[in-house]
Amino acid sequence: MEYTVIILLLPMAMFLLLGLLDSKLSPRMAGILGTLGMIVCTAVAYTTAYQYFTQPRIDGEFPPVTAINIEWLRFTDFLHIDLGIYLDPISVMMLVVITTVSLMVHIYSLGYMHGEIGFQRYYAFLSLFSMSMLGLVVATNIFQMYIFWELVGVSSYLLIGFYYTKPEAVSASKKAFIVTRFADLGFLIGILILSFYTKTFDFATLTAAPGTIITETAGASFLGCSVAAWALALIFMGGAGKSAMFPLHIWLPDAMEGPTPVSALIHAATMVVAGVYLVARLFPLFCVTPEVLDFITVVGAVTALYAAIVACVQSDIKRVLAFSTISQIAFMMVALGVARDTDLHAGLGYMASMFHLFTHAMFKALLFLGAGAIIHAVHSNEMTAMGGLRKYMPITHITFLIACLAIAGIPPFSGFFSKDEILTAVMNKSLFWGIWMTVVAGLTAFYMFRLYYRIFWWNKPDYSHHTPHEAPLTMTIPLIILAAITCVAGFIPFGEFVSVNGQPYHIHLDPTVATTSIIIALIGISLATWLFLKENKKPGAMADSMRTLYTAAYHRFYIDEIYQFVTHKIIFALICRPIAWFDRHIIDGTMNMLANVTQGVSARIKGLQSGYIQSYAWIFLAGALVIAIITMCCF
Amino acid sequence: MNFLSLFVLIPLLMMVGLAIARSMKQIRTVAVVGSTLQLGLAIYTLIKFLMERAAGNTEEMLFQASTMWYEPLNIHYAVGVDGISVTMLLLSAIIVFAGVFASWKIEPLSKEFFLWLILLSIGVFGFFISIDLFTMFMFYEVALIPMYLLIGIWGSGKKNYSAMKLTLMLMGGSALLMLGIIGIYYHSSADGNYTMNLLEIARNNAIPENWQYFLFPLTFVGFGVLGAMFPFHTWSPDGHASAPTAVSMLHAGVLMKLGGYGCFRVAIYLMPFAANELSWIFLILTGISVVYGAFSACVQTDLKYINAYSSVSHCGLVLFAILMLNNTAMTGAVMQMLSHGLMTALFFALIGMIYGRTHTRDIREMGGLMKIMPFLSVCYVIAGLASLGLPGLSGFVAEMTIFVGSFQHSDMFHRVFTIIACCSIVITAVYILRVVGKLLYGKVQNEHHRELTDATWWERLSAVTLIIGVAGLGLFPGWISQLISNSLNVIIERLS
Repeated sequence: MEYTVIILLLPMAMFLLLGLLDSKLSPRMAGILGTLGMIVCTAVAYTTAYQYFTQPRIDGEFPPVTAINIEWLRFTDFLHIDLGIYLDPISVMMLVVITTVSLMVHIYSLGYMHGEIGFQRYYAFLSLFSMSMLGLVVATNIFQMYIFWELVGVSSYLLIGFYYTKPEAVSASKKAFIVTRFADLGFLIGILILSFYTKTFDFATLTAAPGTIITETAGASFLGCSVAAWALALIFMGGAGKSAMFPLHIWLPDAMEGPTPVSALIHAATMVVAGVYLVARLFPLFCVTPEVLDFITVVGAVTALYAAIVACVQSDIKRVLAFSTISQIAFMMVALGVARDTDLHAGLGYMASMFHLFTHAMFKALLFLGAGAIIHAVHSNEMTAMGGLRKYMPITHITFLIACLAIAGIPPFSGFFSKDEILTAVMNKSLFWGIWMTVVAGLTAFYMFRLYYRIFWWNKPDYSHHTPHEAPLTMTIPLIILAAITCVAGFIPFGEFVSVNGQPYHIHLDPTVATTSIIIALIGISLATWLFLKENKKPGAMADSMRTLYTAAYHRFYIDEIYQFVTHKIIFALICRPIAWFDRHIIDGTMNMLANVTQGVSARIKGLQSGYIQSYAWIFLAGALVIAIITMCCF
Repeated sequence: MNFLSLFVLIPLLMMVGLAIARSMKQIRTVAVVGSTLQLGLAIYTLIKFLMERAAGNTEEMLFQASTMWYEPLNIHYAVGVDGISVTMLLLSAIIVFAGVFASWKIEPLSKEFFLWLILLSIGVFGFFISIDLFTMFMFYEVALIPMYLLIGIWGSGKKNYSAMKLTLMLMGGSALLMLGIIGIYYHSSADGNYTMNLLEIARNNAIPENWQYFLFPLTFVGFGVLGAMFPFHTWSPDGHASAPTAVSMLHAGVLMKLGGYGCFRVAIYLMPFAANELSWIFLILTGISVVYGAFSACVQTDLKYINAYSSVSHCGLVLFAILMLNNTAMTGAVMQMLSHGLMTALFFALIGMIYGRTHTRDIREMGGLMKIMPFLSVCYVIAGLASLGLPGLSGFVAEMTIFVGSFQHSDMFHRVFTIIACCSIVITAVYILRVVGKLLYGKVQNEHHRELTDATWWERLSAVTLIIGVAGLGLFPGWISQLISNSLNVIIERLS
């Protein structure tokens, strides 16, 4: 399947073409070129997927294919960065997800970004992002992944800061890059440790013999954990940064400053799940260090609850969706965390996680694109500017509702099936986390329907300045397509294609878990209906009754403020400034002092070189006399 | 005559040409033609070198030639190149070429400026082709002296102070170096046939171990001063800040590389025993440089100070990697020299161009330049991304080679220091994005800036040349890393 390389080369070429020509190309032309490129990529990705999944199974699994592998940079005899294309069930699945969402976003942006300054640049960056993200998922080795990992980070930086004259956008882009860079430091160190012991970067070699890392690092431990666990925990740190896991999540809500289609593509469907993908990719390795998987479970569970609570009280619709994304990705992380072994039953979480990744990408992209249509119509992100929009925007309304039902976990929409698998997997592992995650699922239904009612029902604000209207076709068509996928995706026999050991897994619903989750979702929805269907005083009264919690949640539990304090008051004020001062005054001061001393001494003794013969004669005589006296005394 | 001597001869002829040039146009013609020839020669050397190697010539240094120069001390004018010097020559030629275009409108005394600049380049090229210690040292001095005048006359800010400081500190380094070279000379051979030739000294391998203990620090620190090693780096911020554009470019781009090059070509190559024994001391110092420089850069407000401290950090990484004493890390060090040379030259060129328009380098007084000068701003972003190690640009390949190579060290101490050095990638991102955010993005700070124009053709040419270099190294690093690594084998063998 060498032709798959097109999905990398074409967007790269598009990026260079659009980026270099920039304003020499008309916006229309740039948009069409970018979209056409993406259509070709999507077609290639689908062909690849078809061809891959129709090939005969070997020992019950689809064998991984290394379509291309070129040595790019050689470090040592056994460590070298290769660039290539590695196809296995999860990477092929990701190819389909990324190209689909990316194509939808490309089409949608034709309408949404119409008339924006820098339209060509926007499409160039979209192509760059698509290329990087696709390169990330098909990586044959961990270093290739790191390369594209950095590239998606930069594309995200460029796109968040697309409106570069807006100070919020600039600081949000900076924050996103620096926070993920910090996490990437962990990733890099993890790679260094891992490759030091295993002597390879290659995924296939790493995962084929996961025990190597344990035997190689035997005896080496640090702070009570084995070196292998540290390496994997550090790699997970990279994933946690990209996937916005607590406490590295702070960049994602701010990233909503970017154009909305970008949020849909990068900060909902594709880039933010890279962390989940990374853990899934190295899953056999994580299996040999169960303590790291436990750690992932805890981080995921805390994040899921935290983000769900915060999402309940946000007033900016994109922020609600951002926190919802964080919470849903945490579901995937928890699912991976509870998975064990390569046995189908114990490894259910792996399949569930990938399934949820797939369905979530579709419905979350749909939600964001819908939110974009709404923002486009009312020119505001704030809920207060919305209400009663169902009459004005019927298509957006229906598609948004479908997505809300899916994320809330109502059958027959896709989210129900994948979330159910996750809950089953978690329940199997531990009842405590099972209940915890079920509660979060209930909260999800609540905050999503709060959002839905506040936008489409509630009470109409004053729309007299401009009447909201339905979005143009370029924007509604992607909505309809994604909604259709959301309706049917749940019935895809996902386990047949992707499972922890490659063997086909037949998805079956656990009746207890399914009923519980539907009931709790319905409770959440009813509560939201009761509170937000019509404008009333109940939400206000409820907020008042738990003012402290409400305020704290509204301020995201002050995590951002803590970061602000640490970076500005501690790192900047107590490290950077003193170092700069030390450099100028102590180090440089020493150098200047040496110079000054030299100068001072020479100023003192230069009086001796007066140029007057008389004084020279006096000094000469005096010196001669002294020597004469000394000589006489001595002898 | 050996064609390597052309590297010195062409600039000499350029100086003659400049001396008789009458108008600005003639001056420019001479400078452009000369630097283009130089660039062509560097590329030719590279190709010829690769062909020789492909043809199976395994000699350590190719195209060698030697002429007796001063018999009593057995000093030769001896030239020869290996893979590393070839890449360094190319780097220097690119930067001189870009530098000529960056100083298109230099005022006043244009002719004298170019004369000194070309003299400086003679020193640089001569240094890289020499294999005789004394000749090498002489060219090194030739490169340093013009710096004093170039900064003192064409500089800005407190230029007299800076010029004096830079020259004195580097001269201090040279003094140590001079001692070191004399010491090496008198131990260069066991039978009394003393020599200055690097290869012969290495072959004789006669420097006693106790002398190595003494001579290694001398030469390493001597060159280290030029490589901005902590705590001898303070000439760099002031020097760069006051220097005119092309001089900053050449200085940060090439001259600081002389330090790194000298460190392994002289200190480590000739005294492998002491290198193994003493490297840990300098590893600590350079490790500090890396992080310390990056932290200092975070709070600067002058564009040139930011890049000067950033150079302290990046060049610290060069010396750091050299001290790891293994092939991969040292390959990374040389790649970092190339990468840092190109991107810092680009940075200083752009800062010069921006300063030429806004007449300030204080980031608090500028903002929103992306709207006003899109071309320069985009180039600045590219330089910034290269500096913070974006894959596809040169910084990434160099840093990763260093980190991976250093981490392969069998000693725990070295690995821990590698992790500390790794932290610089985050701090670098902080100061780079801070500048990009303040300078290029956001609202226009000063209304007068709205009337400013974007880059002229010569400025574009200068920037694009350097960007091609940065991207070329970043996208196709394989062959160059192979070239360097093969040349390093000789040194590595001596070390073990």
